[in-house]
Amino acid sequence: MALTGLFLCFFLIIHLLGNFQLLLPPEEAQLQYNLYSDFLSNNLVVKIISYVLYASILVHTLDAIYLSIKAKKAKGSSYVKDKRNRASKWYSRQMMLLGTIVFAFLVIHFKDFWFPYKFGDLSSDINGNKDLYTLVIVSFQKLWYVILYAVAILALGFHLLHGFFSAIRSIGLYNPTYNRIVKSVGVVFAVAITLGYFVIPLYIYLNA
Amino acid sequence: MNSFSLLSEAINNRIVMKIHLKIWRQKNQNTKGQLETYTLDDVDAEMSFLEMLDMLNLKLAKQGERPVEFDHDCREGICGQCGVMINGIAHGPLKNTTTCQLHMRSFKDGDTIFVEPFKAKAFPVIRDLKVNRSALDEIIAAGGYISVSTGQAPEANSILVSHEEAESAFDSAACIGCGACVATCKNASAALFTSSKISQLAKLPQGKKESNKRTVDMVNRMEDLGFGHCTNTEACQVECPQDISVLNIAQMNYEYNKAKLVK
Ligand code: HEM
Ligand code: SF4
Ligand code: FES
Repeated sequence: MALTGLFLCFFLIIHLLGNFQLLLPPEEAQLQYNLYSDFLSNNLVVKIISYVLYASILVHTLDAIYLSIKAKKAKGSSYVKDKRNRASKWYSRQMMLLGTIVFAFLVIHFKDFWFPYKFGDLSSDINGNKDLYTLVIVSFQKLWYVILYAVAILALGFHLLHGFFSAIRSIGLYNPTYNRIVKSVGVVFAVAITLGYFVIPLYIYLNA
Repeated sequence: MNSFSLLSEAINNRIVMKIHLKIWRQKNQNTKGQLETYTLDDVDAEMSFLEMLDMLNLKLAKQGERPVEFDHDCREGICGQCGVMINGIAHGPLKNTTTCQLHMRSFKDGDTIFVEPFKAKAFPVIRDLKVNRSALDEIIAAGGYISVSTGQAPEANSILVSHEEAESAFDSAACIGCGACVATCKNASAALFTSSKISQLAKLPQGKKESNKRTVDMVNRMEDLGFGHCTNTEACQVECPQDISVLNIAQMNYEYNKAKLVK
């Protein structure tokens, strides 16, 4: 869980940095983004990493389902009066729900961008690269699509707010000082990822 | 002021409350339980929670009814026997206190108090508020000890233990085995309990030697007994009467991962 989760975190950073190219002036962004996408889909190292990524999503999700089933089995009958929530953060208890939202989003995300790019017939830009840029820009002209993204990214943000430090604990860092640092880094990371991923669709929508 | 006037002042200032109780009654493990309502008219604010239950039981006994069974032993916060859910919180509303150290002054006149047993698959109800927590003993039996012969007391300076390490091991050793962590955890995990023993021993030279085997054995036993998995919600430490740190769990994970890697 921790290893797959942290790998996904690592991917989130790389993916975000790549996507920031969408914020360049339009003509430049189009050519550069399409060139970048072409580079990614033809590079062997990236190919290997992408298989690790698919595997991570799968293993992480299966592990999540396994842990949820285990927790359900371990629980006794429920309390009539239950105030246990005071002792923990809501998002730490709702990792499965947040993860499910992220997963549903990933399905849509793959269907709308990954699948057309890999298997659909996209038109080409003047350099002859598949024009993923235009597909992305057109998609984010729709308000409901931007809102869908916002919801999913917010869910991801809360997932990371708990997930990042939790993963480090699961691996076994127990020094109190380092743990305080990890917690702060986790908050910064979750906020940065949330804002970063939200800025892109918002920028495209507002500049339409 | 002499002691007599102090006493009479205390008696005159006595706060008496009416308390409604909704208590879980369950004949045995195989029957279904339910909440029963009782009312006590003259609960003294200075009574402990268990004394209030004693008062209820006295009343029930006089009426020829079966008293409410609950666990308790030391009544001074050190044995870990007295855990129950009070208004949906393990050991009641105060932080880091056992049920026996909770007093009725934490409640108000006219309050309704829900009292339920700790609930987890690994903690079957024996009767009413009393649950079987032997599963925790079984985890300790799986490795929560040192089996190497340590011989005579060694020369104190031959094996150095830093003050910080000694204090930290002592903090981990403070667990009283009450089970509040399990009852509070949404996953019914016994990670805090198990890790407190594992890291207490791993911090000391006598315990370090067997740490790999101990950790794997205890963690496996914990899983076999049907406890859930820790997902670091940290609720356990908040409700733990001994404020056992969740970092013990991180150390248990470290010891476990290390043991698996060297194997
Ligand atoms: C980009 C996608 C994702 C990232 C970056 C991510 C990251 C993480 C991280 C770092 C953890 C902490 C691991 C640990 O405590 O050992 C975690 C836990 C968890 N994840 Fe994800 N995750 C993602 C997607 C998902 C999905 C799709 C699901 C489920 C459908 C999911 C369900 C869970 C659950 C239930 C936990 C709780 C386990 C725990 O707290 O230890 N996650 N995630
Ligand atoms: S860790 Fe705390 S809550 Fe858990 S059994 Fe020990 S004393 Fe009780
Ligand atoms: S009765 Fe011993 S800790 Fe409460």
